[in-house]
Amino acid sequence: MTALRARRELGVLLALALLVAFTAADNSRFLSSQSIRDVLLSASILVVLAVGQTVVVVTRNIDLSVGSVLGLTAFATGKLFVAAPGTPLVVAVLAGVGLGALCGALNGALIAAARVPALVITLGTLYVLRGVDHSWASGEQINAADLPRSFLDFGTATVLGVPVLALVAAAVLLVVATWLGSYRVGRELYAIGSEPAAARLSGIPVGARVFLAFVVSGALAGLAGVLHAARYGTVDATVGSGMELQVVAAVVVGGVAIFGGSGTAYGAAIGALLLTTIGSSLAVLRVDPFWQQAAVGGLILAAIGLDRALAARTARRAAARSAADAAAGQDAGRRGEREATHGS
Amino acid sequence: MSLLRLRDVSKSFGAVAAVRGVSFGLDPGVVHGLVGENGAGKSTVVKMLAGVHRPDAGGVEIEGRPVELHRPADAKAAGIAVIHQEPTLFPDLSVAENIFMGRQPTARLGRIDRAAMRRAAEELFARLGVAVDPERQARGLSIADQQVVEIAKALSLDARVFVMDEPTAALTGVEVRRLFAVVRGLCERGAAVLFISHRFDEVFTLCRDLTVMRDGAWVSTDPVADLTVETVVRRMVGREVSALYPREPGANEPGEVVLDVKGLSRAGAFSDIGFEVRAGEIVALAGLVGAGRSEVVRAVFGVDRYDRGEVRVGGRRLPPGSPAAAMAAGVALVPEDRRQQGLVMELSVERNATLTRLRPLARFGLLSGRGERRAAAEWAERLRVKHGRPTDAVGTLSGGNQQKLVLAKWLATSPKVLIVDEPTRGIDVGTKAEVHRLMSGLADEGMAVVMVSSELPEVLGMADRVLVMREGQLTAELPGRRATEESVMFAATGQREGGA
Repeated sequence: MTALRARRELGVLLALALLVAFTAADNSRFLSSQSIRDVLLSASILVVLAVGQTVVVVTRNIDLSVGSVLGLTAFATGKLFVAAPGTPLVVAVLAGVGLGALCGALNGALIAAARVPALVITLGTLYVLRGVDHSWASGEQINAADLPRSFLDFGTATVLGVPVLALVAAAVLLVVATWLGSYRVGRELYAIGSEPAAARLSGIPVGARVFLAFVVSGALAGLAGVLHAARYGTVDATVGSGMELQVVAAVVVGGVAIFGGSGTAYGAAIGALLLTTIGSSLAVLRVDPFWQQAAVGGLILAAIGLDRALAARTARRAAARSAADAAAGQDAGRRGEREATHGS
Repeated sequence: MSLLRLRDVSKSFGAVAAVRGVSFGLDPGVVHGLVGENGAGKSTVVKMLAGVHRPDAGGVEIEGRPVELHRPADAKAAGIAVIHQEPTLFPDLSVAENIFMGRQPTARLGRIDRAAMRRAAEELFARLGVAVDPERQARGLSIADQQVVEIAKALSLDARVFVMDEPTAALTGVEVRRLFAVVRGLCERGAAVLFISHRFDEVFTLCRDLTVMRDGAWVSTDPVADLTVETVVRRMVGREVSALYPREPGANEPGEVVLDVKGLSRAGAFSDIGFEVRAGEIVALAGLVGAGRSEVVRAVFGVDRYDRGEVRVGGRRLPPGSPAAAMAAGVALVPEDRRQQGLVMELSVERNATLTRLRPLARFGLLSGRGERRAAAEWAERLRVKHGRPTDAVGTLSGGNQQKLVLAKWLATSPKVLIVDEPTRGIDVGTKAEVHRLMSGLADEGMAVVMVSSELPEVLGMADRVLVMREGQLTAELPGRRATEESVMFAATGQREGGA
């Protein structure tokens, strides 16, 4: 199983490598450190969101509200700095994460209370939170001039040539992937998505775990909102609109099964990187932006097709094996029956 | 002293008493068999031990001390493990993770120690004497291996009481023998095993004690050595056919052959099934749960495919796998699971009642609301469906009324052949009698009726002919008047009268 999963992520990585190689062959500047930095910088926000989404999707749920949560926290962060320009960076980040976690808790509580699929609940909160954002902003826009220099520097700074934002995303990825892969609670999330009934029977507190998954997803969307504000400096009420679909696309392309139970945060992160790279590489290749969307769509379909094919092959093999077992078993069984008849 | 003892446990669901005052004990190191007809209450007993259902009265004792089993976790804590016929594992996770979910061995900082987990799983499989790769994904494991994984999980939880609910139903001969070896190994370690099976040869081979249940009540507990298959079967049935059945089997003079099934086979489900049904006849398909009866009627109706054979209605061959063609030829199927297959629970009563005959009700392709209401009212009245308004959602009706509505839906197509799968499962006695009266009336009007039923009294009280299936084969055809509970049961379990 581990081998299969690794192979799946290797496939996405391979696609990414091919894309980069192909683009670089056409225009060598695509591999310049500036261009790589740009891609990493743009990808880091999507990576954080995709990692959060993975936590929810492995439990056989989905969080469509992440774009709105990002928008709301980005605006709140701006407002915070306008009201108190001296706020330390750490406090701003914690405030954003906290607000995001609160939105996630709202999702989780509604899902637990209403026993309605997460798709519907988070579709609702997607619009509700966007509405809150709009009425709070009431047309106002926060500009880079309103934000302290130190905060904007955080958005563009680099350490040894690597953007700090990318380092933050990598750290989030490492922590969440380890948590999902090697800790009991993380594995329970997979168990819930793999077979909810069995999870309940083996004593996993399903409701509490799903709630936790939504809080994590919300918190990471909140973090992404703070990163967004730092990176772009300009924040209005439309920030992050439609981002939820990009996130879901990244997760699916990265091999996280939409029916839960399998896939890793690493895969989702590579998926996010791939989607971002497609954007800039098609621009470098001077491909019509329309085809960019079509390429993303094609990639999603290819990823799902690949997953289906892998699953079908596993099923075929299992069927062949058990058929062989059954044939051997029936022969022996018949012999057994004959012996029994002789005995009586 | 018994390791586990049931003391006067009772459980009712609504008005139906599923288990009434059952007591027996399981001794350490002993395999204890539990047999009974379908619906005798065995599964309810299992569910009470599993902590899924709470007994209304009486209780469970472990080593003489009463234990409260409110949740599955309570049963686990009390050392009771239930191995289901088809265990539910996490298909995406490894075998080792399935065993240790939530209790994985951890190393530094609470990280899961995968190597230790694999070793522990290997140790468990070694104790059980079976070879399963702990690293492989659970998806694709044979049912036998899935059971072994469940048993390993129970062992790792220090379970001392193992409840096995028909574990062998889906196993091959070799797998059954391997399971028996595992079970004997568990007993040598002092575990108590409750073994439920429909196969007498297994019960008599494996068990030391045997408890028989009937109609939710305890009948007897004896050492197997003192029993014969015959006495056990007598104790399992032995009931009077009540006045629930308005019909006198064999009273109608059957007409033309309407439904003719020849050599119907599907690998792994049923093989070489052949029978015919005449107009005005009720033919019952009897057998144990899992014998393949539902699969046969689903194939006849075209919901499922079949590999070989043919189905003819009124002499004309039905194309396989086409329910639309079967409906056009005048076949109707009332499925077993009405919630999932028979009704659209959210739609209104009238909409459901006319779903099957939208075409004749439509004018210029548009449904006429008035026509729909009229047809619905007509059948609902004829079947005495008790509903509020015809516009109420079907989900609000009682089980019995839902069943009548499914019948209404199909009868509105005026079929020549009516196939009903478990027509009275889960409905109260009064409605049962009504459904029987209705089916009897339809046969009198010349309809050919095929009834799949697990309730022997219903089979004997209603059927002109009884076809008995066992493990995918047709094993007996008995005229309704001559069939007895014993003869049907013997054919269904593969035991001949007097032989053991």
